[in-house]
Amino acid sequence: MESVRELLVILIASSLVSNVVLSQFLGLCPFLGVSKKTKTAAGMGVAVIFVITLASAVAGILYKFVLQRFHVEYLETIVFILVIAALVQFVEMFLKKAMPALYQALGVYLPLITTNCAVLGVALTNVRKEYGILAGIVNGFATAAGFTVAIVILAGIREKLEHNDIPKAFQGMPIVLLTAGLMAIAFYGFSGLL
Amino acid sequence: MSRAGERLINGLVKENPTFVLMLGMCPTLAVTTSAVNGLGMGLTTMAVLALSNLFISLLRKIIPNRVRIPAFIVIIASFVTAVQLLLEGYLPSLNKSLGVYIPLIVVNCIILGRAESYAYSNPPLPSLFDGIGMGLGFTVALTCIGAVREILGAGEIFGRAFLPDSFEPIRIFGQAPGAFFVLASLVALQNYVKNRLQREGKPYEKIGSGCTEDCMNCAETGCKKRFYDNSGTAETGARKSGKRPAVPGPDKEGR
Repeated sequence: MESVRELLVILIASSLVSNVVLSQFLGLCPFLGVSKKTKTAAGMGVAVIFVITLASAVAGILYKFVLQRFHVEYLETIVFILVIAALVQFVEMFLKKAMPALYQALGVYLPLITTNCAVLGVALTNVRKEYGILAGIVNGFATAAGFTVAIVILAGIREKLEHNDIPKAFQGMPIVLLTAGLMAIAFYGFSGLL
Repeated sequence: MSRAGERLINGLVKENPTFVLMLGMCPTLAVTTSAVNGLGMGLTTMAVLALSNLFISLLRKIIPNRVRIPAFIVIIASFVTAVQLLLEGYLPSLNKSLGVYIPLIVVNCIILGRAESYAYSNPPLPSLFDGIGMGLGFTVALTCIGAVREILGAGEIFGRAFLPDSFEPIRIFGQAPGAFFVLASLVALQNYVKNRLQREGKPYEKIGSGCTEDCMNCAETGCKKRFYDNSGTAETGARKSGKRPAVPGPDKEGR
């Protein structure tokens, strides 16, 4: 079993130091697409935390007890993407039935996450870094938390940007990308933490 | 064979996935730290794109409409796995520098987009060339962006000194923030061209700047570029319950 210290290191490294969007460019699509308002951004963030944590748990268990056991590790990509797609379906149905309140809050975002490359990315990174199941879950949670932090900050900045006078060619996506670039520089500051 | 040639030109110039359509931005940003990486990623994607287009086109009469998206994903994922194993065997250094982005080709929007909008409704040979053309366009774009970032970030191109020693490399361009800045300039340029075409009354709809490329994740209603019918029936069924405001109905025109 991993020591608590190792888990803490994973937690900080994945959420802040190598932020999933700002330094690995995974999940860029919802990061740019759903970051117009802080409220929706936060909703998306919570949904992503929920799905990625769950997906890394399921993918980790599946990898250890099915793929490794039958020596078919090379099937990881195919298996993971299908499992993730099915899992999101299942989570959606389950929430709808069992927790309508939570479904009201997260339901809209769930289908948008199905093909979010961050989910598959985390599952594959866990395998590549040879994390155990628990470390994988912690890594999944930390990555998703990093995503949430980044998307909420970006949404806050974008709300302010609305009132600014931006050159016509830079309106819309370019200014958002520039903002993201500056945020990426700011996040470099966290590399001193480890 | 003129149709094949037309598909090649279409992918390279008219509908260049990166410069015109703005598809598949995640790998574009992540792996273009140098020209070589961009070239490697582009060619890998091209191989997957051409093969999956060919096979989806061959199987287009067998795959039922309702489950076509999962079927596409399985086909694409199989080819990605095959290509990944080949890279591991023959080009281990490239495989290492591209890392997790090789398996992530599965979720590259270009591939699913071409499968859905071209290969599923066209014969095998044009589909194959459509894949090659799109892949070449992607490769050229990635190599260009990689070269720009390498020149600015290290003063080199393909690993050779390109600028005189007096040039102080702007290291940030080789790192993550630089990718955002380069893409921002690219999109701004597209916006500029688009604005100008609009002013002159020329057709500009195809230029997809501002689009976050991922129709599956996109919530934009009435988008002309939407290839992805997420109103019901098909794919994973996630979008079946029609009362979801963020996910609009079908709009397949204009592609």
